[in-house]
Amino acid sequence: MTTDTIDSDRIVHAEILPGARAWSFIVRRGFALRLTDRHGGANCSALFYNANDKLERYNMADTLKAQHTACLTKGHVCYSDMGRILMSVVEDTCGWHDTISGVSNAALVRARYGEARYQEHRNAFHRDGRGLFLIELGKWGLGRKDLVANVNFFSKVTVDDAGAMHFVPGHSGPGAHVDLRAEMDTLVVLNTCPHPLDPAPAWSPRPVDLTLYRADPVSDDDLCRTSCPENGRGFANTAIYHCQY
Amino acid sequence: MNQTLTGLTESTRDPSDAVYDQVIPAGEPWLHELLRGQTLRILDLKGNQAVDTIFYSAADPAERYSAVDTIRDQGSIYLTTGSRLLSGDGNPMATIVADTCGRHDTLGGACAAESNQVRYALEKRPMHNCRDNYLLALAESDYDMGKRDLTSNINFFMNVPVTPEGRLTFEDGISEAGKYVELRAEMDLIVLVSNCPQLNNPCNAYNPTPVRMLIWDS
Repeated sequence: MTTDTIDSDRIVHAEILPGARAWSFIVRRGFALRLTDRHGGANCSALFYNANDKLERYNMADTLKAQHTACLTKGHVCYSDMGRILMSVVEDTCGWHDTISGVSNAALVRARYGEARYQEHRNAFHRDGRGLFLIELGKWGLGRKDLVANVNFFSKVTVDDAGAMHFVPGHSGPGAHVDLRAEMDTLVVLNTCPHPLDPAPAWSPRPVDLTLYRADPVSDDDLCRTSCPENGRGFANTAIYHCQY
Repeated sequence: MNQTLTGLTESTRDPSDAVYDQVIPAGEPWLHELLRGQTLRILDLKGNQAVDTIFYSAADPAERYSAVDTIRDQGSIYLTTGSRLLSGDGNPMATIVADTCGRHDTLGGACAAESNQVRYALEKRPMHNCRDNYLLALAESDYDMGKRDLTSNINFFMNVPVTPEGRLTFEDGISEAGKYVELRAEMDLIVLVSNCPQLNNPCNAYNPTPVRMLIWDS
């Protein structure tokens, strides 16, 4: 899949995840998930687990050091803590997805945006990234022990020479999308709360379109497999896991 | 941002007053409780030794050190004097009160048999590694803890910069023999350490070495 449009006969499901909401679902191996920033300025926080053994999960450090990167874009993969690949970034119009900033929590949201309780605001009440992750994780028997460092799709945080972190506003425009191909059956846990370093003073969480589609088979010259020798070994480990070598 | 990072800071604590003083050989784990108010010094005896460290709340080990919450809150990816180590629940677990190295890594994680395979060669799986240390130390402990408790860790004395373009690099160490870091516990802690046995990475000159642990009461 290298084009902006996905052939309709490949799409198995599509829905809109509104801003500051969460969802979790399993993407089977051989399928891919496109996240689309509908209006621009979205943040989509994500965690990944092996659907068949949720003790195996996305590992930020292993992902970064294997690929000598601090952010994700096309050609990168998301490693589990077992030397295998959960999902590959097979398409990306955004160029940089944050891996090092985590999610907001209730105290942060209250301090930045003020109190907005359900009592007064009904379903427009303020949710936070940590709370939404814990809700979704709870549905799969997971909890605080499983809340590891996450990816923040559509958000860019740079690090200067002194180590200071800088959120880049306006990074993701309307229609920006990133495609994640499952290399094993992967439990995907998402929430669309604003990025925890987004300085915008107004509470304005943005929706993300989710499109689940059948992916092309992984070729020998697949960009994610060949982007670095480490990824070739990661794909090999993942193939062994599936009794393919 | 709630912290002021002050960088290089020496300690006035006297080793002869320490209530605990042990050398950990290279490649071995260390699992120890640190009470609120106690101070732990990690002393790099030979230089550029990675000390892979995770903190847990002794009262509730599901509350543990979170790299992303810690670096976001202080606005910097490096730890040094003044850094407040936060749990995923957002609570201060420990504060760095002295540091003669000046920079400690938060992003490189702990080596594992599996990550060594990916990084170096599939044949590297049999080599000793930090996560093996972690798993054995937890399995042999009285804590009901295991792989699910292995999350992001600190690599004391390691230098893992991020470039403005988003590259993660492993640079030569900035520590040397005799450098140390001191942490004051802000809650009762379980401290899990692997004194890193990595032999594939030039970060420790391919030569893992011992470190010394000292604890002072408040």
